[in-house]
Amino acid sequence: MAQRAAQTRRETLIAGMASFAAAAIAPSLAFADAAAVEAEIKKLYGDKKAEAGRIKLDVPQIAENGLVVPINVEVESPMTAADHVKSVHVFADGNPLPGIVSYKFTPESGRAAASARMRLAQTQNIICIAEMADGKLFTAKSEVKVTIGGCGG
Amino acid sequence: MSNKPTPRVRVPANAKKDEIIEIKTLISHEMESGQRRAADGKTIPRKIINTFTAAFNGKVFFEATWHPSVSANPYQSMFFRASESGEFAFSWKDDDGSVYESKAKLTVA
Repeated sequence: MAQRAAQTRRETLIAGMASFAAAAIAPSLAFADAAAVEAEIKKLYGDKKAEAGRIKLDVPQIAENGLVVPINVEVESPMTAADHVKSVHVFADGNPLPGIVSYKFTPESGRAAASARMRLAQTQNIICIAEMADGKLFTAKSEVKVTIGGCGG
Repeated sequence: MSNKPTPRVRVPANAKKDEIIEIKTLISHEMESGQRRAADGKTIPRKIINTFTAAFNGKVFFEATWHPSVSANPYQSMFFRASESGEFAFSWKDDDGSVYESKAKLTVA
């Protein structure tokens, strides 16, 4: 009997905690997901298929502070007038908004590489898509585990 | 942050012809995402730098569109193939319409 009472109390506690957690999350906005990222890419390139490769997406495996996560993107390309990287878009599938940065390169860039720092609200995938001068698309994906989210309120 | 955003740019002063140089930029800006709420429950309006452009002798060679998930005091690095002597012009466009600018000279030997 005593054991049963303890169980119910535990259940009540858990239920209480769950509702508290729900209340804490409720005021924040909805998060993007993989489908939102796909929709963004579709908006840019339609149904065109992207191949894997050529992109070196450099992000940490584990980010201790989600407020400042370094990101370095480099796309292999000779960067000549005929063959260069036109644009690179970077998305995240677990932030309130899917977009992070978009770059436009020119042959004068010399190297299609850029680095920046981003905010990540939680552990999520970083998806990157590059468009070449000839219209070919390349994509890369990498997961970042976030210890402390950078969506600070 | 009521201080005026101050851009900082690190670019080599000299380069050989066709050398690929790295340019590093940083600007102080809080990049308010528009996702946060103040203590009274009201959403703090978005105010970020949405576009960064790098031009050389008037020709844009690199452009970045920043979304709210870019960190505060945004850092951006990029590369440039040195072809001739001239001047870089970097500009940051704020949501409120202000434009912050920085210039740097490059001598190509």
